[in-house]
Amino acid sequence: MEFFRIKKDIPFMRHALKFNIISLLTFLAAVVFLATQGLHLSVEFTGGTLIEVSYPQAAELEKVRGALGKNGFSDYSVQNFGSSRDVLIRLPLKDAGASAQQGEQVMQALAAEAPGAELRRVEFVGPQVGKELAENGAMALLVVIVGIMIYLAFRFEWRFSVSAIIANLHDVIIILGFFAAFQWEFSLSVLAAILAVLGYSVNESVVVFDRVRETFKKARGLTTPEVLDHAITSTISRTIITHGSTQIMVLSMLIFGGETLYYFSLALTIGICFGIYSSVLVASPLVMWLGVSREQFIPKQKKVIEGATEDGACV
Amino acid sequence: MNRYPLWKYITVAIALVFGFIYTLPNFFGESPAVQVSSAKVTLKVDANTQARVEDALKSAGITHQGIVLDSVGVKARFKDTDTQLKAKDAIERTFNPDSRDPQYVVALNLLSASPQWLTAMNALPMYLGLDLRGGVHFLLQVDMKGALTKRLDSQSADLRSMLRDKNIRHAGIGREGDRIVVRFRDADTRNQARNAISDSTTDLALADLGDGSDLKLVATLKPEAEKKIGEFAIKQNITTLHNRINELGVAEPVIQQQGADRIVVQLPGVQDTAKAKDILGRTATLEIRMVDDGPGALEAAIAGNAPFGTEVYTERGGQPLLVKKQVVLTGDRLTDAQPGFDSQTQEPAVHLTLDSAGARIFKDITRDNVGKRMAILLIEKGKGEVVTAPVIRTEIGGGRVQISGRMSSMEAADTALLLRAGSLAAPMDIVEERTIGPSLGAENIQKGFHSTLWGFVAIAVFMIAYYQMFGVVSVVALASNLLLLVALLSLLQATLTLPGIAAIALTLGMAIDANVLINERVREELRNGMPPQAAISEGYERAFSTILDSNITTLIAGLALLIFGSGPVRGFAVVHCLGILTSIFSSVVVSRAIVNLIYGRQKKLLKVAIGNVWKPGNTAVDRKN
Repeated sequence: MEFFRIKKDIPFMRHALKFNIISLLTFLAAVVFLATQGLHLSVEFTGGTLIEVSYPQAAELEKVRGALGKNGFSDYSVQNFGSSRDVLIRLPLKDAGASAQQGEQVMQALAAEAPGAELRRVEFVGPQVGKELAENGAMALLVVIVGIMIYLAFRFEWRFSVSAIIANLHDVIIILGFFAAFQWEFSLSVLAAILAVLGYSVNESVVVFDRVRETFKKARGLTTPEVLDHAITSTISRTIITHGSTQIMVLSMLIFGGETLYYFSLALTIGICFGIYSSVLVASPLVMWLGVSREQFIPKQKKVIEGATEDGACV
Repeated sequence: MNRYPLWKYITVAIALVFGFIYTLPNFFGESPAVQVSSAKVTLKVDANTQARVEDALKSAGITHQGIVLDSVGVKARFKDTDTQLKAKDAIERTFNPDSRDPQYVVALNLLSASPQWLTAMNALPMYLGLDLRGGVHFLLQVDMKGALTKRLDSQSADLRSMLRDKNIRHAGIGREGDRIVVRFRDADTRNQARNAISDSTTDLALADLGDGSDLKLVATLKPEAEKKIGEFAIKQNITTLHNRINELGVAEPVIQQQGADRIVVQLPGVQDTAKAKDILGRTATLEIRMVDDGPGALEAAIAGNAPFGTEVYTERGGQPLLVKKQVVLTGDRLTDAQPGFDSQTQEPAVHLTLDSAGARIFKDITRDNVGKRMAILLIEKGKGEVVTAPVIRTEIGGGRVQISGRMSSMEAADTALLLRAGSLAAPMDIVEERTIGPSLGAENIQKGFHSTLWGFVAIAVFMIAYYQMFGVVSVVALASNLLLLVALLSLLQATLTLPGIAAIALTLGMAIDANVLINERVREELRNGMPPQAAISEGYERAFSTILDSNITTLIAGLALLIFGSGPVRGFAVVHCLGILTSIFSSVVVSRAIVNLIYGRQKKLLKVAIGNVWKPGNTAVDRKN
């Protein structure tokens, strides 16, 4: 069985401009959503209290809201979580001392007004901790980007490094854009997913670039777009199969993982799909615009004939 | 060319056997158990306790499945949770006849049900995080400013009494913010005072301020002293928390320092957060009072009419003791307590260090009461216990107090700890709380397990269909990856959380990438007309650097998460990073070993089962080359 029987190199680069415009539009849309709507940050970042309760039968959200309102809570949000029997209550931060007690107060209020609730989980995050988590998250993102850039700069020349990182940052912004557009909850585990997928899909660009380098050395007389087309065409099968396999796993988490892993796997799914797209169809045109050419890989004419695959790194 | 030397096969075999053995405990599950440990520092759990547990079970007619004694306490296993609950009640009755004053912690626990030989070689099941087993997690912020203010207050009181003792006249002394300001009328007195202060303490940095008749001496805590106070406060708070949590009856509490000024408390299995919070936030104090040894007074008090201003306490040993209500000294005046020996009699003793105000009070009181007894009490939850009640032999000055007599060195160490641990050194606030119900924990395990299982099955089916024999090899390699990862996690006893399980699944999904790379490369070499043996060898060689690349970029992300992540992210990152390491080994070395075993020996290999290799023959490169 073989899925990809590609007779000719697919002329991706002929459409380079179109791809770049699509990317730019998606990117801009993501930025607009981020700017106008903002991320729906989870309690971990904002601070506050999160209480999950479960009822033996379908929960009556109105009653729960009533119970909270009567007991002096304000700015709360009450919604179903996963099933109609599970309820998620969010409370904003209060004074440090008072917030720590909110879990018990809510359970007392519920016991009086909407009985039958079983406490599933309480999460309380103080303002200081929330701020730190947000700062550390941003720091982690920065370190990943810088680390990968340094690695790529060692591995390739700067044009590749810059294009790969731009392509992948474009993924990150787009994932964030999705979370802003649909107001999905952005939690620490979503951040972990984004960083993991960032490290994963940069590798995709590496594979294509390896092939570009190899092709430049091996085949003379090809124009730069033709080289890029060949590199992409000959790696596309591998790209789709590996991402497909990873996606199978992520899909399994999306289906079986429940509410807790839902947004985590959703971020991964978007990341993987855009990872394929961007590393192939964004990074490569960028390399082309940045003016990559055969001369950059072969300092001496002689070397071409002898050492076609000396770096060996390619698929 | 596709043969491994014997040692490589052996390495792979050893790695897999190791993986199998350390993964094994996870399959046996856990059996319900009751754990008995000491609730008091002074009480040791030993073989005697084990025998008592056995007796208690026998007399209640409950059959157990083994009783073991370890560093934590005595653990008894039972066949089901009903028996476990019955046994807990029986043991509780024997060990804590007075439920208001528990001597032992009797807690429900789960023990690994794996056979003894596995446990003996340290093969334990994975350590599950709170989100998988249920429980409470608190992050407590120690109020360092509070600790420093407290210290400055007592320091300024010390200075006041010190200056009075030395007859140095000042025009006022007090704490202003984070400094102590002493006022003087002339420069000479100020110089005198400065010398006296720097002789008496090294913790303060002194500076002159003001002019004319309004001269000031400003004392601030030196950074080293601040650091020392902070470290002491954290250490003491942790010790105090340990003692308090013992009362909750938690089987495996975790109490750790996190960062400079935070303490993490994790109580698996605890659902009653209100009680947990109450206990964590409680304050305990040390008090020194005089003992009323008047003739007949104790008998009268036991009979129900205690003399005015006295009350009855029980000494550690069980004897009643009549103690005056007036408090001589409180634990605020205690700066340290250390076990040691009496310099003359070589008897075990506890050395207390009082601050200077405390020392002065102590000197006065001991001078006036030679020959009488004083009681050292620990007051907790409004309930007091006499730790010790020694006889005062002579006037004690200098703030160094020694408690000795009728004490073993063990008891001395315990008393010192108890005195140190009696109260919180600094106030604490809860800044993060997570409570996970037990049903949610079990559900989370279920969900994580199903995600991984079905994902794995789907990938396996696809790989085998697409790559045939090489697909089978890839799947075996992936399975060995899972085996090694779980073994490593069990061995390191890293905390497994739901994000951790997600990381296992994700790592597997990403690890298959390496095998796809190899298989595609082998196909490509075959497509270019290479003979099978050469194609296999080339495929593995060439794919390797790409595999390394892909794992390095993923590892960069993983490490960043590990360094900056906290809570759920950290759980994810640990597993992710470990998984990357095991996946390099299994996808490259293990899969190659299997391929070599299958194909390496056939000299004339004409065909390999890697699925149909389709040959195109006219891409741009082919044309121009």
